Amino acid sequence: MRPLSVIVRTVCNAFAWFVAVFGVYVIVHGHLSPGGGFQGGAVVATFMALLLVSHGATKCLGWVRTNFFYAFEHVGLLTFIAAGFLGIGVTFFYNSLALSGGLFGSAVPLGPNGGSLNTSGTIALMNCAVGIEVVGGLSMILLYMMQGVFHVDKPTLRGKEEAGHDR
Amino acid sequence: MPQNDLVHGAVLVLIVVAGFFAIWFRDLLSSIISLSAVSLLLAVEFYILQAPDVAIAEAAIGAGLSTAIYIVALRGCRKAPSGGSLSPEEATPEPGKEEPKP
Repeated sequence: MRPLSVIVRTVCNAFAWFVAVFGVYVIVHGHLSPGGGFQGGAVVATFMALLLVSHGATKCLGWVRTNFFYAFEHVGLLTFIAAGFLGIGVTFFYNSLALSGGLFGSAVPLGPNGGSLNTSGTIALMNCAVGIEVVGGLSMILLYMMQGVFHVDKPTLRGKEEAGHDR
Repeated sequence: MPQNDLVHGAVLVLIVVAGFFAIWFRDLLSSIISLSAVSLLLAVEFYILQAPDVAIAEAAIGAGLSTAIYIVALRGCRKAPSGGSLSPEEATPEPGKEEPKP
């Protein structure tokens, strides 16, 4: 599994960080603007896709392990469940952080405004949890797919002249 | 709004053209790229139809992730031996193996 040309690698190295930052923006502004946890998580998972396609499996599997994204998935799920149980004294999914003044807890200003980020209580927290979960899941799909291709690649393709489709 | 309708029609025509080229290309990598162009134009179409939420999801998953998955799957494939003929009658048999005659 050879890496692609130096042009593709340079562009992907530079562009992947901008894609990741935009994805985090979409996740954090999920309660204000279009998009949310799932969309932003899918955008952040494109970071891993760009690196995998440009650098090949051997390098990327040396950089990250699938257990890393497995941990992402578990942290996201547990955060979502914990945020659901935060209002256990009232009801499940009760918005207990709203109007508390702390994290995401300030009140929404009256009248037309550009949107205040520090509002909406547990909704923003759950958006972040879903975002972490989707990043872990989709990156893990890509990594396992690349690992599978890599394992098939070794015994059957060694020593034959036929190249892959991209060469 | 005639200008909006013009953009709308142009995007729809371009989706059909890109979908046609996705089938028409013999080179599979070009086919994948035009399939991702279909997804990108579909995201523009969703945005014109005032669904920016769906447009972000379509652009991220359709144009980003599924293209990467197709490319990864393509890198695991081998080229057909003789110039892309993929049907079993036309494919040349490997030199070590001979086909058993019925």
